[in-house]
Amino acid sequence: MTQPLLSLTSLTKAYPGVIANSDVSLKIAPGEVHALLGENGAGKSTLVKMIYGLVKPDSGQMQMNGQPFAPAEPSAARTAGVGMVFQHFSLFDAMSVAENIALGMENAPKLGALSAQISAVSEEYGLPLSPDRIVGDLSAGERQRVEIIRCLLQNPKLLIMDEPTSVLTPQEVEILFKTLRKLSAEGTAILYISHKLEEIRTLCDTATVLRLGKVVGHCTPRETTTREMAELMVGKLLQTPTRAGQQAGDVVLSLTGLRAPAPNAFGMALKDISLELRAGEVLGIGGVAGNGQDELLAALSGERPVPRGMVHFKGEDIGPLGPTARRERGLLTAPEERMGHAAAPDMSLTENAMLTGAVREGLDKGGFLDWPAATRFAQSIIDKFDVRTPGTHVAARSLSGGNLQKFVIGREVMQRPEVFVVNQPTWGVDASAAAAIRQALLDLAKNGAALIVISQDLDELMEISDRFAALNEGRLSEPRPAQGITVEEIGLLMGGAHGMEVAHV
Amino acid sequence: MDLSSINPIFFFAGFFVAATPLIFAAVGELVVEKTGVLNLGVEGMMIMGAICGFAVAVESGSPLLGFLAAAVGGAALSLLFAFLTQVMLANQVASGLALTLFGLGFSALLGQSYVGVKPPRLPDVNFGILGDIPVFGPIVLSHDIILYLGLVLVVAVWALLKYSRVGLVLRAVGENHDAAHALGFKVKRIRTLAIMFGGACAGVGGAYISLIRVPQWTEGMTAGIGWIALALVVFASWKPLRLLLGAYLFGGLVQLQLNLQAAGVAIPVEYLAMSPYVMTIVVLVLLSRDKGAAPGSLGRIFHASS
Repeated sequence: MTQPLLSLTSLTKAYPGVIANSDVSLKIAPGEVHALLGENGAGKSTLVKMIYGLVKPDSGQMQMNGQPFAPAEPSAARTAGVGMVFQHFSLFDAMSVAENIALGMENAPKLGALSAQISAVSEEYGLPLSPDRIVGDLSAGERQRVEIIRCLLQNPKLLIMDEPTSVLTPQEVEILFKTLRKLSAEGTAILYISHKLEEIRTLCDTATVLRLGKVVGHCTPRETTTREMAELMVGKLLQTPTRAGQQAGDVVLSLTGLRAPAPNAFGMALKDISLELRAGEVLGIGGVAGNGQDELLAALSGERPVPRGMVHFKGEDIGPLGPTARRERGLLTAPEERMGHAAAPDMSLTENAMLTGAVREGLDKGGFLDWPAATRFAQSIIDKFDVRTPGTHVAARSLSGGNLQKFVIGREVMQRPEVFVVNQPTWGVDASAAAAIRQALLDLAKNGAALIVISQDLDELMEISDRFAALNEGRLSEPRPAQGITVEEIGLLMGGAHGMEVAHV
Repeated sequence: MDLSSINPIFFFAGFFVAATPLIFAAVGELVVEKTGVLNLGVEGMMIMGAICGFAVAVESGSPLLGFLAAAVGGAALSLLFAFLTQVMLANQVASGLALTLFGLGFSALLGQSYVGVKPPRLPDVNFGILGDIPVFGPIVLSHDIILYLGLVLVVAVWALLKYSRVGLVLRAVGENHDAAHALGFKVKRIRTLAIMFGGACAGVGGAYISLIRVPQWTEGMTAGIGWIALALVVFASWKPLRLLLGAYLFGGLVQLQLNLQAAGVAIPVEYLAMSPYVMTIVVLVLLSRDKGAAPGSLGRIFHASS
């Protein structure tokens, strides 16, 4: 092996109460595509933030090309040749593409000259992008291109990508990988963070696995199975959810020509959505984020009531009914955003249990709240769904993402829904908790409930759905049996590559 | 009623004078809000500027020193707001309201010995022969240097926000402070500087009332101009040039109602006195159709760890 481009030696970083990284060492050679694997909270983000100068290590050294490397801030890291594409895009919605790119550059040229450079680079790497467009109007894939081009314009020697594919269609992923391979062939090293193991096997040369802040192993992804890598990540054997495969029952929920205007300037209107949902079946709805998922959930939950005749629950027209009335009838929902939407962050678990459980669990008697019953209800959720928490009195905010997710999903499942609509049930949840949540959803279906699972994780949808449909630009495709559907077909249903083209290699 | 008693030249010249305090306060607040901070303490910072400027001008005999002191006074008070909201992460709305109440009270205390005193007068700029142009000369070219400075400031802020790197970074911080932090911009430092700029501008605006427009010191003499400035920023959709338009509308209406009062129109004085406030808000509400113009992080507290 030649001299490494970047080498990290026993980096340690502690936050109050948690050691994010402990004695982490790794080496990256020029042109190497190196995967960083690990569960949520394993310390991947902290590690790359140290390389990018956002966080200072407590101890340990970094070396770049054999020289000591200790960036005090991101601009120093950028000058040294490190570029980073963030997981949650660090973009400014109200500004143009060119302005966004200028903000992330040292010594940005005048906007006119910069626009010309953007066009040139986007042409070279097959990432078409108009410099004058406002970022708020772009799709997720296009936003990512803004970030990538921002990095490429600075000729990085090391490109860090934090979960880059979570918002892309399969076709967009394919094109992204072509771009990355071209970069790697030109000598740019890539540090690739993901927990999508299949992607890592296709793209990466080497992998380092982190668990609880420590390096637990290195491997060559092409020679390792995804299952082995997953078990290295979680440190235990994984259980695959099982399903019973049964006949669907009567139609319980039907949508006929559901339309709703966009709730705000950056939202999506629902256009003519029709479907029939039968008892005991799981309908998986895929699609790139921002194509109407939140709006569909709001229309089903009753947060945004719709005109008469569009939503029927067991034959009854429930379009104009609000959430409480729908809950009373047995239509329950769990939104994507845990903090602030599914749960009130500063309220205790008991209070949060009361918030959605009052009607169906009889926690509200003649206008008075039955707190002992709510506490018992919250405790039963915690027991049944293995929520790790000191008790029912703690604030929802203090739970980790995965634990809170188990709580908010469990809270609805425990109320015996007849129809359960859930958006991103395992978003940001570690593999074992995700498996438990999927199993709970499948059990619910087995007991006769009908489920709509909206998700951006295609593997998840394939695992639990009976039928599959995709949202694209506020329209829902015709649902089709999930068995035997290919990734390419799903990608086309999701809207294809959104005008991307293959890199001109 | 005798409308002929209104002198059109003085009437239009008064437009500019009445609008200037509002222009200063509003353009300062516009910069603050562009960085994502909502400072409701404009009224308090104005009145602090009014008394600081008045006191220093009287003691030193120099109105320009007075305006400098007003800027320092306004900025000093705004530092209290910056400390509360940027260091202690206090709620911006509550802190701003507290700032206004504190400013009104503290200025009354400082100004006790200045009631009834006459401040030194700031001379008008001499434009030489240009000032003799009929109509245009007496209306536009018969004012003091601070008034013209206000116009230059608005144009400068507009150009800075639109064309400069500083302006781009400033807007970025206001648009999405988490993203700006991730790119390595010093969110708190930029916001603190913007808050101080806003305070200095509000101070100068206040001093313009006590030193030029009225000119004397009375408690609470800013009379809600700070609140109008806040409304003006919102209804001007955070655009400096539209803000200028709104300020002149307000200045014109103030001038009109004063003249109507003097001419003895048979409408109760209270209605006339409130009319500029009502009319300005109504017109600006109608103008401000693009509600999406607000900075994305406006009023949200930034904490680097999240």
